[in-house]
Amino acid sequence: MNKRTVVALKVAVWLVCLSPLALLVFHGFRNDLGPDPTATVTHATGFATLRLLVISLAITPLRRLSPRLGWLIRFRRLLGLFAFFYGCLHLLTYLWLYSGFNVAAMIDDIGKRRYIMAGMAAWLLLLPLAATSTNWSIRKLGGKRWQVLHRLAYVSAISGVIHYWWIVKSGVRTPITITLVLAVLLLARIAWLARQRISRQADVVTAG
Amino acid sequence: MLIKKTSDIPFSEITPKSAYLNRRAFMTGAAALGAAGLLEPRAAMAADATKLQTVKSPLSTPGLTLTSYKDITSYNNFYEFGVEKDNPAKNAGKMKTRPWKVTVDGLVKQKKTVSIEELLSFKPIEERVYRHRCVEAWSMVIPWAGYSLSELINWAEPLPKAKYVQFLSLQDSTVMPGLRDINLNWPYSEGLRMDEAMHPLTLLTFGLYGELLPNQDGAPVRLVVPWKYGFKSAKSIVKIHFTSDQPNTAWNDMAPREYGFYSNVNPNVDHPRWSQKTERRIGASLFEQRQPTLMFNGYGDQVASLYNGMDLKKYF
Repeated sequence: MNKRTVVALKVAVWLVCLSPLALLVFHGFRNDLGPDPTATVTHATGFATLRLLVISLAITPLRRLSPRLGWLIRFRRLLGLFAFFYGCLHLLTYLWLYSGFNVAAMIDDIGKRRYIMAGMAAWLLLLPLAATSTNWSIRKLGGKRWQVLHRLAYVSAISGVIHYWWIVKSGVRTPITITLVLAVLLLARIAWLARQRISRQADVVTAG
Repeated sequence: MLIKKTSDIPFSEITPKSAYLNRRAFMTGAAALGAAGLLEPRAAMAADATKLQTVKSPLSTPGLTLTSYKDITSYNNFYEFGVEKDNPAKNAGKMKTRPWKVTVDGLVKQKKTVSIEELLSFKPIEERVYRHRCVEAWSMVIPWAGYSLSELINWAEPLPKAKYVQFLSLQDSTVMPGLRDINLNWPYSEGLRMDEAMHPLTLLTFGLYGELLPNQDGAPVRLVVPWKYGFKSAKSIVKIHFTSDQPNTAWNDMAPREYGFYSNVNPNVDHPRWSQKTERRIGASLFEQRQPTLMFNGYGDQVASLYNGMDLKKYF
């Protein structure tokens, strides 16, 4: 892939990633965020976080489908950081719009509500990943250790999906789509690992 | 945005928006079809047919800013038509509300069936502005139109054994796509203790803003129990059933820990998953939405005595 295509694609990914925020800002200025603006902002930022996180997790399994998809890796960090960015905005809606920065009320709330705990866990797990997203960190940590650390992204996504299930009304099944997508991605990883282990054993046998 | 202060003029005396919009369409149509002589006066009449003659009521809550007609009719929980707030406004149009019959049975002197036309002309329709508090911690102020349910109960002549009233909503999978999306115990069922049902604030409701209810708000007849969370107010009622035992109710069956049979608005009893201390007023701007939730949704003076001696943390 030539440089121009990469630049064009990067611009496109930036625009797509910024569009949920741009829509909120646009409607916010027009005082047009719907009947329940707090819920609109909360849902938009929450969906953006989960979707971007799952898309970033799809990059590696997709690349394995064909060597021609190798270029996808260039977008993983960008997607992951945008997921973290929307996660921060989502957290901010809770701290500001729901709790009015009332620390005592928040502590009381977090202790009692498991969906908030799951959401907090998902955000906290993304924090070290965002902090170690630079090339410098990869070198400093070493590729292997960095990779192990960044598998936390899966744990974060699982926490995020649990958070989603716990906030919808009992009986409502809207989180099913993202749950299935995440499950498929996880299974693809497991299948890949299993296949590698078998081929490695085969190699050992052949070498012997 | 449309924000109206409560005024002394009942809404039925103000031309409803849908009516003047229809009239405008009628005029446009007149321009197009007038020469061809295809005009019929039906369009204007249809617009007037949605209007209700209402009288003022001392039971209306004064001094509140009304939620706009648009928000009341586009932000709905009516799971028969889908789980998202905008689903009912999109999907409820296919429900036929004429002809409509309501069956009154169970522990009554005699089983009766009554048509919506009879219900509408049974007693004067009052305009009652009530606060409306959803269990999801949002709220509205709605000018309902109806009369006290007690009027109908007296007419139904329940037997002394009757201690509860159950309300059953329409269940019709041909027009209700939501019946598949969520596994509630359909048809939607709600219930009240007899003294709650007989309370004058409990409103048998046919309209809002001086017009017949739009389908998404529970047409053609619904309940409004202003001191309880919104889901207690069953929509599109087809059956009123008197029983001696506490009836099964839809959300209580689904998640008894989260939705009690009583479900009185109570800022001191949290939903297991969120606080009920505050609420978001629908239609307010982003940073002005949150306001404190009132005990019994502000109707404590009228209804608190119904629960004397009851532990409201236990019977939430």
